[in-house]
Amino acid sequence: MGTSKNSAYAYQIVGGWDRLASLNTWGYPYVTGTSVIGIKYKDGILMTADMGGSYGSTLRYKSVERMKPVGKHSLLGASGEISDFQEILSYLDELILYDNMWDDGNSLGPKEVHNYLTRVMYNRRNKFNPLWNSLVLGGIKNGQKYLGTVNMIGVHFEDNHVATGFGNHLARPILRDEWHENLSFEEGVKLLEKCMRVLLYRDRSAVNKLQIAKITEEGVTLSKPYALKTFWQFSAFQNPTVGAEGSW
Amino acid sequence: MFRNQYDTDVTTWSPQGRLFQVEYAMEAVKQGSAAIGLRSKTHVVLASVNKAQSELSSHQKKIFKVDHHIGVAIAGLTADGRVLSRYMRSECINYSYTYESPLPVGRLVVQLADKAQVCTQRSWKRPYGVGLLVAGLDESGAHLYYNCPSGNYFEYQAFAIGSRSQAAKTYMERRFEGFVSSTREDLLKDALFALRETLQGEKLKSSICTVAVVGVGEEFHILDNETVQGLIDAFEIVGEETPAPEEAAPAADEPAAADQGAPADEGAAPMDI
Repeated sequence: MGTSKNSAYAYQIVGGWDRLASLNTWGYPYVTGTSVIGIKYKDGILMTADMGGSYGSTLRYKSVERMKPVGKHSLLGASGEISDFQEILSYLDELILYDNMWDDGNSLGPKEVHNYLTRVMYNRRNKFNPLWNSLVLGGIKNGQKYLGTVNMIGVHFEDNHVATGFGNHLARPILRDEWHENLSFEEGVKLLEKCMRVLLYRDRSAVNKLQIAKITEEGVTLSKPYALKTFWQFSAFQNPTVGAEGSW
Repeated sequence: MFRNQYDTDVTTWSPQGRLFQVEYAMEAVKQGSAAIGLRSKTHVVLASVNKAQSELSSHQKKIFKVDHHIGVAIAGLTADGRVLSRYMRSECINYSYTYESPLPVGRLVVQLADKAQVCTQRSWKRPYGVGLLVAGLDESGAHLYYNCPSGNYFEYQAFAIGSRSQAAKTYMERRFEGFVSSTREDLLKDALFALRETLQGEKLKSSICTVAVVGVGEEFHILDNETVQGLIDAFEIVGEETPAPEEAAPAADEPAAADQGAPADEGAAPMDI
């Protein structure tokens, strides 16, 4: 059945997530965070995420940390369900603790953690009870930079720059144009801020309070929360329907 | 009536503080044909003597590949050895499924030792009757471990187990300090020389031994017969020749005739370990 040479597998959820959720009595996200962006730069990985926590479309929380260090060599950023992220962090705490308890000089690097997360995410989706997140995992070990992502159904890949959610649509085109291997820290931050500013303008769940995290061979540093300078007087903002045919 | 009233199960101590069943299991390791291992900074070599049960049968396999980066050589009950290597294979494959990276050798050895230890503490079990030389490469370098039926494990620069292994140990004790910086070829050479020591004058041929290597840029693999025979020929390892002392080749010529009896003597003394 369906073995024609060029048949492609595609799947769709008949009736949408709503129906799927009700069919299995499994949940829906409650409090969510929006995009995370990660890039490689000269000395390691830079990552950024804002600190908003949305309760549906209500911007309910304003100080949610969505980037955390994992062990010595990794940094994890999450968008999606905040409590599911906390659950993931508790798994990782256990994982790292167990790894440290061997006390044998070996340690899990970003690649190992990323693969572990992929297994966890895919395993949960197979139980029709996914952890409702898109994760960005960055790190550096033995001079080897690593940046990857995995989503709630276990789709995963590595790249020089990654983003979740709206970031995929609004930030990555910018990164494709402007990213290069030898970005300095300052250039990297500038690039991330450019992306975050676009997201702030166009992603209704984004809030103007963000953090930037850096991981190098020396470890993780998480910046204090800060806001971007904005300018809302662009004519396109003042009358957004002009030139948008079909809108009201 | 009973020779020993404290050896009927594993969990009973003798008044001298010994567990006879565990000691018997360790004896079983000495009964098996010899297996040796030695390592440099970058490579580990395993070698074993293959002895057929009878004239009509082939020999049993003594060296197993566990994963791309780990292999074992066994002495003792081959059946137990296969059970343990299957366990090790499954641990390795599960680790690489979860982390997509190779299981550190030391961790596998600890798990293996824990598994063996349980058998020394349960009345309905028996210890494994097999000793394993575990050779492997991981991010901290090349490793050689010996795993014992008692649940003990040790890391070695070079080690030998099985019958007449003392002769190989004696050979390697004289030279092990140089092993760290040995090349792959020197390790193979020393492995074959050490292995020959256990043969008691019998001629070393590729048909009675197995050699395996793992190292940087080289997955664990068992060398094929032709390669091994080629090495033996290249090193001119003949049973009657003198055991190469510190400086191996140069000394070989002259004393060869004079020392005719020597290898046999040296091998004979340490036979009962």
